[in-house]
Amino acid sequence: MLTEKGLWTRLRTRLIFTGPTLLAFATVMIIPFLYGIYLTFTDWDGIAVTQNLVGWDNYIGVFKDTVFWKSFGMTLEYVFITVVLTNAVAFLLAYAVTRGMKAQGWFRAGFFLPNLVGGIVLGFIWQFIFNQVLVFAGQKMNLPLFGASWLADPDKAFWALVVVTVWQYAGYMMVIYIAGLMNVPKDVMEAASIDGASNRRMLARIVLPLMVPSFIVCIFLSLQRGFMVYDLNVSLTSGGPFKSTEMVSMHVYEQAFLARDYGLGQAEAFVLFILVATITLLQVYFSKKLEVEA
Amino acid sequence: MAGQSRMLGWAKLVSLIVAMMLFIFPFLLLITNSFKANQAITSDPLGLPASFQWDNYVSAFDKMGYMSAFGNSLLITVAGVLLIALLAAMTAHYFVRHKSKLNQYLFFLMVAAMIIPFQAIMIPLVKIYGSLGMLDNKWSLIYMYIGFGSPLAVFIYHGFIKSIPLELEEAALMDGCGRVQTFFRIVLPVLLPTSVTITVLNVLWIWNDFLLPSLVLTSSEQRTLPLSTFYFYGTYTVDYGPLMAGLVLTLLPVLIVYLFAQKYIIQGVMQGSIK
Repeated sequence: MLTEKGLWTRLRTRLIFTGPTLLAFATVMIIPFLYGIYLTFTDWDGIAVTQNLVGWDNYIGVFKDTVFWKSFGMTLEYVFITVVLTNAVAFLLAYAVTRGMKAQGWFRAGFFLPNLVGGIVLGFIWQFIFNQVLVFAGQKMNLPLFGASWLADPDKAFWALVVVTVWQYAGYMMVIYIAGLMNVPKDVMEAASIDGASNRRMLARIVLPLMVPSFIVCIFLSLQRGFMVYDLNVSLTSGGPFKSTEMVSMHVYEQAFLARDYGLGQAEAFVLFILVATITLLQVYFSKKLEVEA
Repeated sequence: MAGQSRMLGWAKLVSLIVAMMLFIFPFLLLITNSFKANQAITSDPLGLPASFQWDNYVSAFDKMGYMSAFGNSLLITVAGVLLIALLAAMTAHYFVRHKSKLNQYLFFLMVAAMIIPFQAIMIPLVKIYGSLGMLDNKWSLIYMYIGFGSPLAVFIYHGFIKSIPLELEEAALMDGCGRVQTFFRIVLPVLLPTSVTITVLNVLWIWNDFLLPSLVLTSSEQRTLPLSTFYFYGTYTVDYGPLMAGLVLTLLPVLIVYLFAQKYIIQGVMQGSIK
């Protein structure tokens, strides 16, 4: 293969090709991650130059922090609902825009549009829609559902977050499903259609089983985004009303940077990491088992 | 039979159009309201503007510090994306062409690290770079983007480089090209389609990112567009006209780029998911 003579030449090539990337990767991800584990055993307040080791106190603190577990439970609920809805909507959209009609490029572009914009801006746009537009329409048309702003009601504010999340990510997942649908071999479809299979039957027996890899990717992505939701949470509801929609990511931020309890905040972030890593790995492991060959 | 399927076709088209309206209506509402006076916005948010209030834009442009925020966002995104694409391509190339145990471990470490959520890193990151005096600096932020962005980029390049025949590079080396020259002259051009994918994914991420810049950039002159939008919205929550105009101004660059590069953007996301 490609080997060079001389230790120095080999080392130089390695440094040129991998040095900058590995340096940045190590100093931005690995070292802070390991140092973060150390921080979970300290009582650092964000200002003091030194910090004291406090053993497992912070982890005990995590278990005692009822607000953390409340927001964690709500995040689980939010993740479950948004993953199901986002992927259902995304698959339907993808299925509708891969049937060879003329304007499908325009439809794809339109559905993808929200993904070009950051969560902060989208949250503000929808804040206006929930607070002004829907209330106005609700009063004009006498719809009690929209009579008062959703963002002022703890239960409805949660659903407002769900609606905007699905609206935001459905187009992104749609694009991935389109790629999956286009990879379904044409000859298999033709053979099935000659054998007299109906559209619905082809979908259930051929398309869906062959689409398992796309579902794995999309569910993985929507799981990760769901657990990490922050921007939208901050700009749409700011966790309100009365902290009723404070998702776990926002709670960790508040615990560390606003309540100035970095040790506890970092311990909560680390617990979050363990739980998210476990859930996503389990998801990938079990869905890999469903994959079939064309 | 034919009539029935035509009916079904129309029903599908109509439901697609309705769905499309749901996706773009929020943006249309934002644009129409950005031209209205505050009173007209709150009394009838669905109405079209009676007269065009360009003042909204003038005041948003000034108070957001738009030019400075736009310039910061542009520099950070362009430098970050170019560096990620170039450095990750070199690293992935080296990993594929030098199959040693060490390189396999390093590659595995990068892929595994992708599962670490940003929230698990942000606190120590601020502490470390704060104590080094490296916060509130655009170049520190760009450096961090390289660290966070390179695992996925290396992973995607790695998959693609495996499929490139080695003979191309060997021929160049025979002809006396050095390693670096071979990479830039032979390998990098072949990687172009993958680089487009990497660029699209990273532009979407870095341009719109909020949490990392909000932790790193503390002074107002350093703010990126999402940051200045956030602070602008926080200070002017009662005055809807300029707020709407400010949001439109933040959207505008993205919409213009999307108009021209729409095909590449959607294709980039598609390619990124397959690998």
